[in-house]
Amino acid sequence: MPKIKMPKNSPSIDMTPMVDLAFLLVTFFMLISQFRAEEAAVIDIPSSVSDLKIPEKELLMILVDKQDRVFFNLTGQVERDSLLMRMSKEYKVTFNDKQRKEFSNMASFGVPIKQMPSYLDANSTERKKLAEKSTGIPMDSLNCELCRWIYHARRIAPKFRVAIKGDQVTSYPVVRKVMDYLQDDNIGKVNKFNLITNMETGPAPTE
Amino acid sequence: MAQLNTDDGGGGKKKHGKKRAKKTSTHIDMTPMVDLGFLLLTFFILTTTFNKPQAMQLTMPKKLDDPTVKPNTVAADHTLNVLLTKDNTVYYYFGMADPTKGALPALNKVTFGPDGLRKVLIEENNKRHRAYDEIEKLKKEVAEGKLPKDSLGKKKIEFFTDKSRKTSVLTVLLKPDKDAKYKNIVDALDEMAICNIGIYALLESNEVENQMIANAATYN
Repeated sequence: MPKIKMPKNSPSIDMTPMVDLAFLLVTFFMLISQFRAEEAAVIDIPSSVSDLKIPEKELLMILVDKQDRVFFNLTGQVERDSLLMRMSKEYKVTFNDKQRKEFSNMASFGVPIKQMPSYLDANSTERKKLAEKSTGIPMDSLNCELCRWIYHARRIAPKFRVAIKGDQVTSYPVVRKVMDYLQDDNIGKVNKFNLITNMETGPAPTE
Repeated sequence: MAQLNTDDGGGGKKKHGKKRAKKTSTHIDMTPMVDLGFLLLTFFILTTTFNKPQAMQLTMPKKLDDPTVKPNTVAADHTLNVLLTKDNTVYYYFGMADPTKGALPALNKVTFGPDGLRKVLIEENNKRHRAYDEIEKLKKEVAEGKLPKDSLGKKKIEFFTDKSRKTSVLTVLLKPDKDAKYKNIVDALDEMAICNIGIYALLESNEVENQMIANAATYN
């Protein structure tokens, strides 16, 4: 009887299709994902049934976090740079080129203008710590830096939409105060706000 | 496992210096590459955010700095005051709370959600020209494509500002007090949209109302 020859099977399998697929997916996710600069505040936004999309560009955003601290954000590098220059002139705080560049690439910030240079010099871990310790942008009626940020931003970019991003547990009077400043004819002069919310499915239509 | 044969036959003795082309397989070990590929894949899957945030539009009335201009007044019978306060509590009352004009209206306590505030709002809205149902009808027509999508807002305004109804539609005044949370305001504004309220405004609770809330909280 002839011997049965066991085929010499190597235990390897052809991984090529799997690799193809994996890299296809990698490419897909790489192209679709967009990196956002890290926000200075962690904000858990409320949800609503509104399905209006908020544009990513041309936006003036004011953030209010859990501890009622106020942060500010403006999109566009050119706009940010001229905003910083205006503030620097007003508060007599000077910024070097590196700090200016850093500012235009950053996302939201929430430090008083006097601390801004050191905040901009800090690296990302130090900055996180500073942001945690910070008291937010001052907005008392006596020292309203927020008003000045809003004022200059509105003059630099009058067409930008104004958005408010509040945390679920932010207390209402703070948000109200921000709105009041925004509405004030001498500060923001804007009556239309976008409240940033998460998508929520609406209730089933009742008969 | 497929691999590139690189050892030069260490153990085996060479046969009299006769050179032979080595049988090398053309397979290379792809495991590290696959590892890396999946690592990247995982990273990108985890960092991608698909749902972009939405926005709710809120238009506030222009501030009246000129004291000679009278602010809009609303008919007391059709005014529903919604007071928002701490612990996600909602109180509502009809009409006006003015201690100089007789007894203060009683506060009703409700919760957010379908059986609370929403039920009240839909009921009250329907009592006046069946406004909720009418707007729902319009919404349905838009959803079915009978009406153009962008006409809804205009139709809604037309409905509520029609001469026959103008003075008798439900007006909701949202009055958060100092303990209200931002979430409450967003939820309440959401209810306005869900319940098809034609006229609503975001105001602040006054002294009388704060007192009413405090009283209601102690007696309940």
